[in-house]
Amino acid sequence: MLKGKAFKFGDGISTDHIIPGRYAYLRSNLPELAKHVMEDADPDFSGKVNKGDFIVGGSNFGLGSSREHAPLVIKMAGVSAILAKSVARIFFRNAINLGLPVLICDTDGIADGDELEVDLAKGTVYDKTSGQKLTFGKLPKVMLDILNKGGLVPYIQKYGDFIL
Amino acid sequence: MGKTLAEKILSLKSGCDARAGDIVIAQVDLVFAQDTTGPLTIRQFQAGNFERLANPEKTALFFDHAAPSPNRELASDHQFMRQFARETGCLISDVGGGICHQLVAESMTKPGDVVVGADSHTVTAGALGAFATGMGSSDVAVVFALGKTWFRVPESIKISVTGEFRRGVMAKDLVLNLIGSIGADGATYKALEFGGEGLDRLTMSDRLTIANMAVEAGAKVGLFPADRVTRNYLNHQKRGEDYQPFSADKDACYESQININLTALEPTVAKPHQVANIAPARELKGTKIDQVFIGTCTNGRLEDIATAAAILKGKKHHPRTRFIIAPASPQILLDAISAGYIRTLVEAGAVIMPPGCAACLGLHQGVLASGEACLSTANRNFKGRMGSPEAFIYLGSPATAAATVITGEITDPRDVK
Ligand code: SF4
Repeated sequence: MLKGKAFKFGDGISTDHIIPGRYAYLRSNLPELAKHVMEDADPDFSGKVNKGDFIVGGSNFGLGSSREHAPLVIKMAGVSAILAKSVARIFFRNAINLGLPVLICDTDGIADGDELEVDLAKGTVYDKTSGQKLTFGKLPKVMLDILNKGGLVPYIQKYGDFIL
Repeated sequence: MGKTLAEKILSLKSGCDARAGDIVIAQVDLVFAQDTTGPLTIRQFQAGNFERLANPEKTALFFDHAAPSPNRELASDHQFMRQFARETGCLISDVGGGICHQLVAESMTKPGDVVVGADSHTVTAGALGAFATGMGSSDVAVVFALGKTWFRVPESIKISVTGEFRRGVMAKDLVLNLIGSIGADGATYKALEFGGEGLDRLTMSDRLTIANMAVEAGAKVGLFPADRVTRNYLNHQKRGEDYQPFSADKDACYESQININLTALEPTVAKPHQVANIAPARELKGTKIDQVFIGTCTNGRLEDIATAAAILKGKKHHPRTRFIIAPASPQILLDAISAGYIRTLVEAGAVIMPPGCAACLGLHQGVLASGEACLSTANRNFKGRMGSPEAFIYLGSPATAAATVITGEITDPRDVK
């Protein structure tokens, strides 16, 4: 069971909101890079987020660049999962490849600051603040296996190949 | 039932009867990373203890996003990548070599290929009929090691093109209108497949612009069939042997169809901070512009530079407006010099950058300050992309960009004499 606070963002949060291209020079210095997580969406985010918290987006979360640094800095900030109405394709794959769960559900009813409980195995979100219960869709098997192994690199190390 | 282009290519490369919705493992014909995604790709490769590349001759590293290196940090990333290339024997395109997607189109891919790049605009090669898509560093590191990856076979949306462009209208206007109408997630997880009787009139340069921006509608690929235009392009690139006709089956199944009449299009601009936020260029008359940037994998080709030169011949940039040009590859730069375009543009006030991404992503060569506005021929206008998050990025065609250079405000190219 994952527990934490919701940080709510709107529709169309791009990889430039999450980690702007102008910080590309810090990409080999991850602790410094991570200080800028979500900076162009909420400049105070990195100071407020606590381990276990959730990023809650609207539609098309993570659109834009293929930079895996985007889910990476979110993971480094301690975020335990991303919830969104829909997620851009490359970002989705990148997050799972890093072992960061991405849950597709109707996030309209979740407000900023709500306390959430997420049960990954059952596929449910419980918003303790509002009392609302949500369910999220299942991942395709290959993605679920990658997530369960903690990411793509450990998955390939274990199996040596993709298992469909 | 027949197959779409995406289903055909993925069937061929996976050895399965691949249908939309299936998950397949496909062989990859070309895999690459660039200098802002490459270091993490290499680190993931090393974290997996993979040691060897599956196909060094099909694996490439490009130095284009921050090249020549603008600071110490990126210089050491470049050094790290060069070291990896030496150790593994992969291909390398060092500083000044040009933008990865342009080089892939010019000399590295062919119809029916599967191409995976650690860059979202890898979709550009769809113009040649290659199933080309962007992925992140972990995925690409695993393709480095295994030479294959998994794909969900996408549903396809057929884009049927008719008519022909009127004066002042370019491929960029087509693709901005398409994204404006279906939205930034209108094609998420899908393939956009272009067809229709108007396809003949879209040059390879046009097709590369359109395929490039398929990802701005969320698409996994933007695919063109391989036809006469493709053959002529490959012949021109002295790669005639790489041509094979390639098209979808007549009875292929599409999720939906969108018709685009080229004749009805007008010069169009995407306003800050979303690509789908479009308006006719004329409606934005009066919007002051501090910097015009012509270049990028979207519109840094010879035809784009030629269009700008034709509009700017004998003209001067507006004193308020800085003007930056970055050809997408050395071949384009040399051809533009031979044709006299570079002289015309420098006389009009242009600053010529080396072949590469230049100002596109806010790292160097034209970073924007707070409150500044840029009219760029790039593919993205997200907040903060070109420097300050308080800057404003408008996207338009090279013709609109050139017209704007003269007046210092957003201008429809049909309105300059
Ligand atoms: S030109 Fe811009 S969009 Fe194209 S690869 Fe370079 S940074 Fe990316």
